[in-house]
Amino acid sequence: MKPRRTNGSVKKFGVVVFPGSNCDHDAYHALGKVLRQDVRFLWHKDSSLDGVDAVILPGGFSYGDYLRGGAIARVSPIMKEVVSFADAGGIVIGICNGFQILCEAGLLPGSLIRNAGLTFLCRFVHVRVEHTRSAFTSGCREGEVLKLPIAHGEGNYFADAETLAGLERNNQIIFRYCDAGGSLTGEANPNGSLNGIAGIVNERGNVMGMMPHPERATDPVLRETDGAKILLSTISHLVEKTQLTHSTI
Amino acid sequence: MYLAKINVTLRPSILDPQGKAVQHAIASLGMEDVRDIRMGKYIEMKISSDDAEAAGRIADEACRKLLANPVMENFEVTLEEIR
Repeated sequence: MKPRRTNGSVKKFGVVVFPGSNCDHDAYHALGKVLRQDVRFLWHKDSSLDGVDAVILPGGFSYGDYLRGGAIARVSPIMKEVVSFADAGGIVIGICNGFQILCEAGLLPGSLIRNAGLTFLCRFVHVRVEHTRSAFTSGCREGEVLKLPIAHGEGNYFADAETLAGLERNNQIIFRYCDAGGSLTGEANPNGSLNGIAGIVNERGNVMGMMPHPERATDPVLRETDGAKILLSTISHLVEKTQLTHSTI
Repeated sequence: MYLAKINVTLRPSILDPQGKAVQHAIASLGMEDVRDIRMGKYIEMKISSDDAEAAGRIADEACRKLLANPVMENFEVTLEEIR
């Protein structure tokens, strides 16, 4: 499948670079070179988001994962701006280490702990799209199975029972690990995440965190392009949002 | 000046696969009686305050805001006066 472009509409993405981020260029490449969006890097010491329409917290090992994954990154100067941006309804995507940072920052509930099998996992997995009423999955089919790469040692999603029940009730779980046929089996869950959680959104639906890497499965030259569906959904959402804003003026 | 000695431990409800692996390793050394290993972090922090209560508050705040993640960890602080 060739990722399609969104009818010429270009949105502005900011990829935050922390010391130790290592998927920042992947996100930049996927959004800028493959999907033809306007994308720029935002340095962790910056105190402005440069007017972007969406923020990406990329994967990697910010601050060497010292203390806990994402714990130190979340006190970076730029995170104050990211939190205000999210509070104002701005679209924020955290991938892998970015997901950990969003949890540490309190923008998403729960936490990512050590993989149940203790090892670092770097391979393809399947995730099931749990619903398409989110800004990040509108271009997918309900129950669609996406093939995406993971690369993490701490991706085991944990939250207390009450938080977990809330996530289920509010349809905040948008991706679960599954097998190639879409079944939620124990073997398909690579890291022990509760309820097979691979990705969630906040209650308002504008902040999303996921452990798999959509940006590494977007460029057709890498063969797997399911990640493009997530990024294109986000772009479409931003385009619609702009059109709505214009039509209400 | 106070020295805060801080232990950060996983909450009991959280599985600790690392502790489990270490326990298996210890069992393989023949120490079969060792049970329930839980791994944690130990942190030392000097606080320039002459007031034990204020130093305790600072240590507590540091734990809540950064050193421990309340979703999955508990912490314990002991204070020692140093010169």
